[in-house]
Amino acid sequence: MIRKIFDIIAGNAVPAIFILISAFAIPYSGYSASYLIQELLTRIGRNSFSILALLIPIAAGMGLNFGMVLGAMAGQIGLLFICDWGIVGIPGMVLAMLVGTPIAIILGIFCGGVLNRAKGREMVTSYILGFFINGVYQMVVLYLMGWIIPITNPALLLSRGYGVRNAVSLLGIRGVLDNLIPAVITGTNGTQQFLNINGANTFLLIQIPFIDGVIKIPLATFILIGLFCVFILWFNKTKLGHDMKAIGQSQSVADSAGIAVDRTRIIAIVISTVLACYGQIIYLQNMGTLNTYNSHDQTGMFSIAALLIGGASVSRAKIINVFVGVILFHLMFIVAPMAGKNLIGDAQIGEYFRVFVSYGIIAIALVLHAWKRNREKEAARRNLRGGK
Amino acid sequence: MSDLNNKNTPLLTLENIGKDFYGNRVLSGINFSIEAGEILGLVGENGAGKSTLLNILFGMPVINSTGGHEGKIFLDGKPVNFTSPTQALAAGIGMVHQEFSLIPGFTATENILLNREDLNPSSMSYIFSERVSTLNRDAMEQRARAAIHTLGVNIDPDMKISEMPVGYKQFIEIAREIDRKNTRLLFLDEPTAVLTESEADILLIALKKLARSGIAIVFISHRLNEVKDLCNRIIILRDGKLVKDSPAFDLSVREIASLMVGRENKTENQNLNNDTEQKNNNDDSDDENLKSKRKKIKPALKVEHLWVDMPGETVRDVSFEVKRGEIFGIGGLAGHGKLGIPNGIMGLYPAGGKVRLLGKKLKLNQPRQALNRKMAFVSEDRRGVGLLLDEPLDWNITFTAMQVQGRFLIGIPGIFQLRNEFAMKRTAKKFIDALEIKCTGSNQKAGELSGGNQQKVCLAKAFVLKPEVLLICEPTRGIDIGAKNLVLDTIREYNKKNNTTIIITSSELEELRSVCNRVAIVDEGKIAGILPASSPAEEFGMLMMGQNNTEEVENL
Repeated sequence: MIRKIFDIIAGNAVPAIFILISAFAIPYSGYSASYLIQELLTRIGRNSFSILALLIPIAAGMGLNFGMVLGAMAGQIGLLFICDWGIVGIPGMVLAMLVGTPIAIILGIFCGGVLNRAKGREMVTSYILGFFINGVYQMVVLYLMGWIIPITNPALLLSRGYGVRNAVSLLGIRGVLDNLIPAVITGTNGTQQFLNINGANTFLLIQIPFIDGVIKIPLATFILIGLFCVFILWFNKTKLGHDMKAIGQSQSVADSAGIAVDRTRIIAIVISTVLACYGQIIYLQNMGTLNTYNSHDQTGMFSIAALLIGGASVSRAKIINVFVGVILFHLMFIVAPMAGKNLIGDAQIGEYFRVFVSYGIIAIALVLHAWKRNREKEAARRNLRGGK
Repeated sequence: MSDLNNKNTPLLTLENIGKDFYGNRVLSGINFSIEAGEILGLVGENGAGKSTLLNILFGMPVINSTGGHEGKIFLDGKPVNFTSPTQALAAGIGMVHQEFSLIPGFTATENILLNREDLNPSSMSYIFSERVSTLNRDAMEQRARAAIHTLGVNIDPDMKISEMPVGYKQFIEIAREIDRKNTRLLFLDEPTAVLTESEADILLIALKKLARSGIAIVFISHRLNEVKDLCNRIIILRDGKLVKDSPAFDLSVREIASLMVGRENKTENQNLNNDTEQKNNNDDSDDENLKSKRKKIKPALKVEHLWVDMPGETVRDVSFEVKRGEIFGIGGLAGHGKLGIPNGIMGLYPAGGKVRLLGKKLKLNQPRQALNRKMAFVSEDRRGVGLLLDEPLDWNITFTAMQVQGRFLIGIPGIFQLRNEFAMKRTAKKFIDALEIKCTGSNQKAGELSGGNQQKVCLAKAFVLKPEVLLICEPTRGIDIGAKNLVLDTIREYNKKNNTTIIITSSELEELRSVCNRVAIVDEGKIAGILPASSPAEEFGMLMMGQNNTEEVENL
């Protein structure tokens, strides 16, 4: 019985630690509830899609797909093109996805092919592969764009005539998805004043007492994320999803049953890469600026950290882990700097914490994974002694 | 029923099947046929060619990549030549492997129907492939239920494999083969090895039922009672040849055992036995004094409830005693744990239990401890564990002695030491001469020697340690006959000269019987019995086949 309780706590140690830290830090940060809710809603909309993209390779037994930065880069290339062509709004976003998709598919096939040659070491391979493709991406964006690849908009190009600037404004598509369906949460007192100004435009209005000010809900993004969750649930029920689960548990058995193991693994990575591409476009439409050479860098790391904080492991992840993770991870990001400033007088501690936590949590998850596997081996060994 | 099939053409016919791997002949002139609904028992020792025969019939890539096989295979009278297991499956040949190929996290249903799932029709499948259709869980469960029902057992199709007792898993494996609509011929490789007696009984009944429905079954097992009980006909392989093809009721279990392990020439075998016996008697009279001493002193090695987690050679619960100055043999079939015993005692694989060396407790899992206590080990993995392939012979021979006992060094211990090249060379030369190691000199690299000479280097390396107890694994594996005798003679002589206790593990029973005083037979990770080397071969055979009580067998 005690062992069972211990197992439950040990199984959810990471989320438990985060809940504890947040519970401690929230009062010290001094933020109001409405501010926190607004920030959280924004960040759920901004990041969930990318994290969801990680689920399929985990089911296929390929671990955490550090190679999702490949998809992020494909998405950014799509965004650079629509900026150059000057297409704005939802059509711009859709076009960026259309441009990014074939690039993501090609990169996904490449990545899947490499990972098939590195079975059992997928995570470290995809991590290093991310660095390699980053080099190719930088060559394309820094040297080929504006020279071989036609980019004409001077606002994008460096003054030397080729290569893309470090910061690209995405004003044209900024928030287009988030604000597509206007929805707000307001408190009961300020509502009338708000409605007088925006009343006609608001599609959904939720009134909650004790909330001051106005909280915007990125409803269209949430709907898209919801659809994506439905897609994943459906996918798990298909033959393809079933095959992936089989491969994830035992490649040799799946192979002897005639399942095309290598091909299926490539499909899993391609799906993940394409979805990561869309995830990055959604993320950047919320941010409003594209940091050409850095934006994709931390997408993979932060998405993976969030998923692990949500209670997922290297071999098992559910949709619920995504949302628990994104809430806990970002809640701490929001409150930690302010709590740090109020406690120690240095906001820098929050930023330090953010990086420390995301790398640390990945390390912990990998160690826990190895520890669990060793314990299973140990248990299997105990059975050798013939019931003694 | 079998009447449905054409009675004149058997389901499967093998004509003159043979196979060699790089000149090493493992099968020759195999002829037999199987009728629909027949249960055929296939028995033979390790290395008799059973698995090669299965690999040929199942089209395993290992056969094709080594130049295919000789002879012809006819299925329904038509010649077939499978180049991949998928083709064999499509032709209706099913196979249940010795180790489970099931997915632990999946349910019985999911495992039985793996990659043959029922799908819901979906319009998406026209755009992509039918892999995007969802699974029809209800239909799947019904099919799984039907397949399990055919076996006459009651297993919940929604139960996860990881939660099942071992016996159930075997049924699930067979149910998977039954669910294939076209399965007509089923190979079962040691299906009862992991089952309890009652589970095995249920399985045998299920197999009989299955055969009545017209499926031919080839049953491979080393439990001879089961084979005799279940099969219509028994085929015995020995050394790659078919030595007996006979209806099951014509053979007794004892006959089967002796046919499996026996030599071609019975009288020669008898002589050999007499020789060993004589030799042992002589030894005994020579060492009469010694023997009376032996009784008083503690055993050289006492092993109690040893378990070893060596992959593929698991030892479960082994206890035995070795007297001082004795040559003790450990035999048994591959995969039953005989190699695990010496490897576990030396601490090379995780192990537990009690081991007492010369009366004092030995700490397990610490090879250094074992070496410090004057035990030496000759590994079965000559090239991997036994030798430094890229280093010269003198290094190889003196390496362990240098590392463990600090010999062949000059200087101040712990502060500054150099190798004593001169002493190393002298010792190496001594052993090269004594063991007749064929080489260009002590400078030659170990990797360049032939297998037999490498083995002698391994022995020399162990002899240099001047061990009290010497463990030798598979001393003659992969070396030719001439070299074999030299190696065995060397071991015998060393034992005589130094009165060293030697424990030999080998797959070759004859070899053990010729060198050892006593031989223990390991079966399924436990000692099935310990016999004097002079006991008749079939007694050993019976032990190997899991018959630890000979009298009981005679009653059958």
